[in-house]
Amino acid sequence: MLEIRNLHASVGGKEILRGIDLKVNAGEVHAIMGPNGSGKSTLALVLAGRETYMVTAGEVIYEGKNLLKMLPEDRAREGIFMAFQYPVEIPGLNSMTFLKAALNSIRKHRGLEELDAMDFLDLAREKMKLVDMSEDLMKRPVNEGFSGGEKKRNEILQMAVLEPKLAILDETDSGLDIDALKVVANGVNALRSEDRGMILVTHYQRLLNYIVPDYVHVLFNGAIVKSGGKELALELEAKGYAWIEEEVREACQVDLQEGGHAA
Amino acid sequence: MGITGERENYLSDFARFEKDISKNGQSWFGEIRRKAISRFAELGFPTTRHEEWKYTSVAPITKIHFNPCGYELNGLTVEKVRRAAFGELECSRLVFVNGYYSAELSSYRPLPGAVHLGSLAVALSTHRELVGPHLARYASYEEHAFTALNTALMRDGAFVNIPDGKVVEEPIHLLFLSTAGREPTVSHSRNLIVVGKNSQATIVESYVGLGESVYFTNVVTEVVLGENSVVEHVRLQRESRKAFHIATLQVHQSRSSTFSGHSVSVGGALVRNDVNAVLDGEGVDCTLNGLYLVKGQQHVDNHTRIDHVRPHGTSRELYKGILDEQSSGVFNGKVVVWKDAQKTDAKQTNKNLLLSENAEINSKPQLEILADDVKCTHGTTVGQIEEEQLFYLRSRGLDREIAQGLLTQVFAGETIGRIKIEAIRTGLEEILLTQFQKDKKHGETVQ
Repeated sequence: MLEIRNLHASVGGKEILRGIDLKVNAGEVHAIMGPNGSGKSTLALVLAGRETYMVTAGEVIYEGKNLLKMLPEDRAREGIFMAFQYPVEIPGLNSMTFLKAALNSIRKHRGLEELDAMDFLDLAREKMKLVDMSEDLMKRPVNEGFSGGEKKRNEILQMAVLEPKLAILDETDSGLDIDALKVVANGVNALRSEDRGMILVTHYQRLLNYIVPDYVHVLFNGAIVKSGGKELALELEAKGYAWIEEEVREACQVDLQEGGHAA
Repeated sequence: MGITGERENYLSDFARFEKDISKNGQSWFGEIRRKAISRFAELGFPTTRHEEWKYTSVAPITKIHFNPCGYELNGLTVEKVRRAAFGELECSRLVFVNGYYSAELSSYRPLPGAVHLGSLAVALSTHRELVGPHLARYASYEEHAFTALNTALMRDGAFVNIPDGKVVEEPIHLLFLSTAGREPTVSHSRNLIVVGKNSQATIVESYVGLGESVYFTNVVTEVVLGENSVVEHVRLQRESRKAFHIATLQVHQSRSSTFSGHSVSVGGALVRNDVNAVLDGEGVDCTLNGLYLVKGQQHVDNHTRIDHVRPHGTSRELYKGILDEQSSGVFNGKVVVWKDAQKTDAKQTNKNLLLSENAEINSKPQLEILADDVKCTHGTTVGQIEEEQLFYLRSRGLDREIAQGLLTQVFAGETIGRIKIEAIRTGLEEILLTQFQKDKKHGETVQ
């Protein structure tokens, strides 16, 4: 479904991603963990098409297409969804109006009939139950005056309504209390399916108690330095990121020594 | 031809015009006309050396010789009129063609007894006792050249007189259509709206150009509010993109009256809207909201002035501008709190959205406070569409253009949303929506 090869990206001349390789198949849930500044959010935003990041090398193939050449709106229509770490407030724009416009834009692209107001409301209500979202909240402008937890739930609601093929969750768990975390996790679990891929970007292992991943990758200094099964997350939780840093440093020194000999 | 030359043309227009009006029972108003034209001769057209005209040059107007308009339907039908109006709005509608009242296109609905609604030209002859005490008593032809020109040369417009204690539930729509042809023409429409004590009315004034011709609308509207009266006033300007539109709305408020004004400006090549309100009574409430939406080479200048003359007055002002391409705009909002106007509460806000790097706005809030116990604030913002918001919408599958349109609409919605009558609000929203969409496809057409 998604194949990232040697992806390099920078912002303001500073290189953040330094050669990412990752393959996600339909039905798989991949967790990407890493310390602050490792490039987790950058990876998510590059996949979603944020133009402030410049891709300097590498490629991303999504369903056989060059993802990096696609506009953000086309990526969304082709089934990519990113839940924002910091969902954006849009004063004055009604949440339901926005979500209906988004859904119909995607449906139109998929050759489906656009939903009218009544059918959309039925669908939205059903999905709202999934993330325990009140209808009153959805009558308000997009994210305006929402609490942190409400904003994150709104992201999951949008995901549930838009039914992406590939969902990327950028630190959706950060800043949530345990109840909100459970609601978000339940929402995500309900959306797990054989034909949907998921990338969970997270700082904390805690999320993975509720959403069990198929693979865990550790991102450090802009590259994936370790990959494994779900047990890797527990190891990280027990030992902390310092352990990885140590390993990486040793590996680098080996590289340097080898490099030195070669020169 | 220079400024002086064109001034001479208007003076000779007046000389010809004066002969006509002396015959039709309007001679009682002739003296004011004469005073106004001689004042215009002294003032001449303003230049950018005038503080109030610093960012708006009327040189293009002074360079063109405009002939007085005639009443020409040019294929105008009731159906076309309906389309140019607010579709769903059920109301009495006075239609003016090139400044002249059109009996054949106007339509009336039942009104409370003794409410007078009709042509000002007719009322000048038949209702001197109602018109005389108010006409040209508020809009100053002594100070303003265009008002002087209008006062001298006005031919027609609307006269609305609502006696004491009458509540007119349905809006009254004054629709000014321009069917101007190849030759540049000018109309000096004049409206007088008098609302009595404890009365209530909603007035909609709209100016619509039906072609792409060059013409000049120089309009003055005086609104007089009696004690404890309530008036909602909506003004929609969508002239041809080649038209010149100079408008003055002069509001005079008595004790405990409430005025809510909404001025929406989308058309015209060169547009100047002056809105002046004098709060001449205790406990007066005045709201002036505005929205201007321009692109191409359009220039729109909104000048407002609120005079708090008596104590306990409240004024609220929110003007929002959306400027695209090489368009330019001016907002100049002056609030004057006179010495006696203690406990005045005035708030003024101007927010602008620039959609292009070449668009320009000059915003100047001015407060002059002579009383010592008042609460006055003002603020101005100029910004662009936020990239973060745009990306958020796009990441959900919305086109860049649609996302930008939504964010622009939302920005405009803050002012439109304050109009109380739903049919007017939705009517305006639809007009703005087609404005956004048509602009994208064709760039030029208003209609």
